[in-house]
Amino acid sequence: MAQILRSPTTIVGLMIIAILLVGASVFPAFLSAGYLLQQLQIAAFLGIVAVGALVVIMIGHIDLSIPWTMTSAAIAATSVVGARGGHVETAAAFAIPIGLGMGAIIGLVNGIGVAILRVPAMIWTLGINAVILGLSIFVTGGFAPAGAASPLMRTLAVGRTFGLSNAVFVWIGVSAIAAFLLRRSYVGRAVISIGNGERAAYLAGVGTQGIIILVFVFAGMCSALGGMLLAGYSNQAYQTMGDPYLLPAVAAIVIGGTSIQGGSGSVIGMVLGVIFVTLLTSVLSVMQMPDPHRQIIYGFVVLITLLIYGRMRREAV
Amino acid sequence: MASSETSGTGRVASFAPRLQNWRLALPIVLLAVLFLVMVHIHPRGFAVASMTPWANQAVTLAFVAVGQFFVVVTGGLDLSIGAMLALSNSLASTLVSGTPAEVAFGIVIVLAVGALCGAINGVAVVFGNIQSIVATLATGAIYTGLALIVRPTPGGEIDEKISDLLTYETGGFFPTSLILLFAAVYIVWGPLSRTVLGRSMYAIGSNESAAFMSGLHPWRARLLAHVLAGFFASCGGLFLAFQTLSGDASVGFSYTLNSIAAVVIGGASLAGGVGTVIGVIAGAYLLRTISTIMIFTGLPPMAQPLFEGLVLIAAVSVGAIDMITSRNKLKMLR
Amino acid sequence: MIVNSSLASHQAADPGPLSAKPATTSFGSLHEGADISELVVLTEVSKSYGGATALDSVSLRVRHASIHAILGENGAGKSTLIKVLTGVVKPDMGTVVVNGSQLTLGSPRAAAEAGVACVFQELSLIPDLSVADNIFIANGKGPFGVFSRRKERQAALVLLRELGSTVKPTDTVRSLSLADAQLVEIAKALAKRPRLLILDEATSALGEKQVARLFDILRRLRSEGVSILYISHRMHEVESLCDTCSVFRNGAHVATFPQGSRSPGEVVELMLGRAVTQVYPTKPPRPEGPPLLQVENLSWDGRINRVNFSVRPGEIYGMGGLEGHGQQETMLALFGVLRHVSGRVTFDGRPINVTSPGQAKRRSLGIALVPEDRKTEGLHLNLSIAHNLTLSVLNRLVRFGIIDTGRQKRLVDDLMKRLQIKASSPKAAASSLSGGNQQKIVLAKWLACEPRLILLCDTTRGIDVGTKAEIYVLLRKLASEGAAIVMHTTDYDELVGLCDRVGIFYGGTIVLELVGDEISERNIMRASFAIKEPPAASESAA
Repeated sequence: MAQILRSPTTIVGLMIIAILLVGASVFPAFLSAGYLLQQLQIAAFLGIVAVGALVVIMIGHIDLSIPWTMTSAAIAATSVVGARGGHVETAAAFAIPIGLGMGAIIGLVNGIGVAILRVPAMIWTLGINAVILGLSIFVTGGFAPAGAASPLMRTLAVGRTFGLSNAVFVWIGVSAIAAFLLRRSYVGRAVISIGNGERAAYLAGVGTQGIIILVFVFAGMCSALGGMLLAGYSNQAYQTMGDPYLLPAVAAIVIGGTSIQGGSGSVIGMVLGVIFVTLLTSVLSVMQMPDPHRQIIYGFVVLITLLIYGRMRREAV
Repeated sequence: MASSETSGTGRVASFAPRLQNWRLALPIVLLAVLFLVMVHIHPRGFAVASMTPWANQAVTLAFVAVGQFFVVVTGGLDLSIGAMLALSNSLASTLVSGTPAEVAFGIVIVLAVGALCGAINGVAVVFGNIQSIVATLATGAIYTGLALIVRPTPGGEIDEKISDLLTYETGGFFPTSLILLFAAVYIVWGPLSRTVLGRSMYAIGSNESAAFMSGLHPWRARLLAHVLAGFFASCGGLFLAFQTLSGDASVGFSYTLNSIAAVVIGGASLAGGVGTVIGVIAGAYLLRTISTIMIFTGLPPMAQPLFEGLVLIAAVSVGAIDMITSRNKLKMLR
Repeated sequence: MIVNSSLASHQAADPGPLSAKPATTSFGSLHEGADISELVVLTEVSKSYGGATALDSVSLRVRHASIHAILGENGAGKSTLIKVLTGVVKPDMGTVVVNGSQLTLGSPRAAAEAGVACVFQELSLIPDLSVADNIFIANGKGPFGVFSRRKERQAALVLLRELGSTVKPTDTVRSLSLADAQLVEIAKALAKRPRLLILDEATSALGEKQVARLFDILRRLRSEGVSILYISHRMHEVESLCDTCSVFRNGAHVATFPQGSRSPGEVVELMLGRAVTQVYPTKPPRPEGPPLLQVENLSWDGRINRVNFSVRPGEIYGMGGLEGHGQQETMLALFGVLRHVSGRVTFDGRPINVTSPGQAKRRSLGIALVPEDRKTEGLHLNLSIAHNLTLSVLNRLVRFGIIDTGRQKRLVDDLMKRLQIKASSPKAAASSLSGGNQQKIVLAKWLACEPRLILLCDTTRGIDVGTKAEIYVLLRKLASEGAAIVMHTTDYDELVGLCDRVGIFYGGTIVLELVGDEISERNIMRASFAIKEPPAASESAA
């Protein structure tokens, strides 16, 4: 029993309850179904991105190219739709595959840099992010990207099924698949092994380079999907759309109990972490808190959570 | 935790060391080359009037990069360094003006706050048992918030006399900012580099368990690294205030990212244990010089960010050559 | 002699790095009723890791001015004893008194201040720092620990010359060969001017001349009052150097006696708890027939220089020689870890070119490698036993990419039973097991692949006697079932007791191959040092 109480998942769960109570005390409508569902929808965008980021962290690396992978995929997808002269319907059908393809290619480049060139992931993905940023500016001429979201993108982002936003279904779906694969598939085992010790995994005959590339491709596609859904939500892509997603994604993953060192990770923890981060952000905005104070509280909450986990790890030893 | 490089199945010594100091030499040589290129294409050529702005432009980044280096060499990473810069910059724009006493006091406070922020980071990492990258992720948000409270909108006031003093030349030709930079490094890091504690910083980044077995104190070294990072970040913030004559709380994040790039280009390894302060300063200047060259070559502004990104990628790929041609694949894996 | 004259010149000016005067004089209160004729007194020191007892109520006395051997099989408790004395590990119970004062336990700093220095088996060097930095790493004056790089380099040079090393003080440790690194580790311990110097397998890579010089230095230190704890597998070293021997077995201190007062056979029985003939399974008649593996002119990067050997199915082939002479590299080359390997490797009659461990383990080949460092290369300590056991054969447990849990469970249970792995459950983390059981997991992981060629890198290091015997029996059984086994070990007894043929490495090539009765400690030793005639008596003429 004590074991369950002390697990990060429980702690995040408790934190979510706490934040709901705080929010409700300030803004009674906070606990209304409508508001909560909307929060879930917003959380879904962050959440889809976080799934990819989680797997990268589990394998022992980090993906700092999330912001511009999201943005460039959104730009690519929306520009296909907005393309003049042509059958908008058929072009629109290609929007999502093109966006996903963009994410996959970026992921592939990331994977090659990390797995084959052995450049530390932090600096490589940082550089790739800058390159994509540069490319996007170069291609769009610095203007806001033209184009619009495809009908499918809009449906997924904004539409609802059984009252729940489709985006949430996409998020849960991707998370569930990731969780299953991590636990029960060859690739998942390989990911955990590599995160725990690449040397030992390599000497055991695991194809470490291929798996790492695969993981980055997956993360790239997750970021792309998140970006496209976001574009579906706003019906357009815009240049800074990806920036607010990087740090919260990492924070959500870490709050969910995953160690930044890799080798272990919790999809459920990540889901709860994403929900918590989203709720925290909206509570702070509902409380009309000025931005500086929001930052401070946000930072404090993350720090305290980390300290608790750090303490738990120390006592476990 | 890991076995040292000379044990285990990877008990293969690397063959005849190439220029052992390439990590230091390469960025400096590159910088010299690019500097000459820049001077060549600069409209005014090699004149004091063009040297000083060049020097000033990169000093802030150099300070921040040096601070980042200390944390990186112990095997960590400081994501809050930009925020500490912003905080000290904002504080400077509030405190460093008025009577000479107030100005002096203000400078001392700014530097002390920087060191204190660094100390908080260090305490969180060492006693909280948290990885530096995530701890500083959280504290960075806190420091950014504080910076915004101190300076909600850019502005403020800085003592102009000192600003003039620091942003021009000494003796008519040598940029004072560079003197300041090297003085800070020499006075603060110089003595430390000749102490066991300073050496411990490198040691724990290279092999922490061997360092412990050798009687060193890992946690003291880590704490020192973070305090130094905070101190140098605040030096940068102070100088930036003198340079721009105002404070701005939003400058942080790009400095954080650029400091990581400067550290890597400057020859340090993100895994820790290797690198030099001079190399990192050269790395910071390399980054800025490349930007300057791009502006002067008349590269279309739309293409500049792309170019910067490509240069960064190319720079970090250089080390990959060593890895790809490595004859023992195990050595590539830590 | 060079050693004496340098000492003389040093004594004139400054005591010099090799003088026995300890660097510090104050360290805590005098232990009541201490008998200062002994330098070190351990009283009922115990240490357990989880369920495994590493030290069992050990009481030991080390006299002043003595070279004291610590003997015992791997896993007998020697390394834990050293870790306690050097402060790396804090015992659960017991006290340690050094030179009359109680030693603060669990602090490397305190141990250093008490005058304890150690040459660690797993070197305690910092790879990215220079040799001089490493030798004097914790040395500094005053509260801030200030040091002078120039002075350190000069002092380092003196020490290195005394040891007969040609390494430069400015060299980075990462670039050194193992032999050079060992000398640096020794210099580091000597530089502390210790009262108690511990050497843990410090000579495994050193050549004969270097060993002789070292022994001269050790004897001189003894004459100056320093005590030395000497741990080594090489009985000839112990016999020529030490005046006292203590035997450890299963974590307990079994006996202490003057060197020479017991016969070698008696000593071995004390170490093993039984006669040696019961440890190794009997060797069957040597198999005939075509070789499974044939290696011709294998070369790589100057560390492997035209290695030639072959192994038949059913054979256990030993790789001997000093450490760092190409044995590991040869195995890595066969396993596909090295690039740009030249030479010809024939497997089952077909020439092969292995480019990765993933390729090596495939059914079409069937090569397995058990790495030397099980903690970082053989296992994922934080992951479960089941995870570790199945890692190399995942592709056989998988259907459409998904793992068949039923098949996995059967395999795990089967392996744990076959190798008698003692654990609470397959879900337990590998880190919870004893060293011996951990090594069994590594072996089992590879057995699951049904390999035809098994490469073992110093597999029995740090393992208790009981598990080692089990592993020997297992290896022999595997060989009898048709596998070819190549094993690298620094333990002469294993080469003699277990192997059908032994290839001695020197300078990256096999200088001598011993077959059957030719395999003896004496022959191995001579070939290891590349001596052509009988070895001279090891005592120095000084």
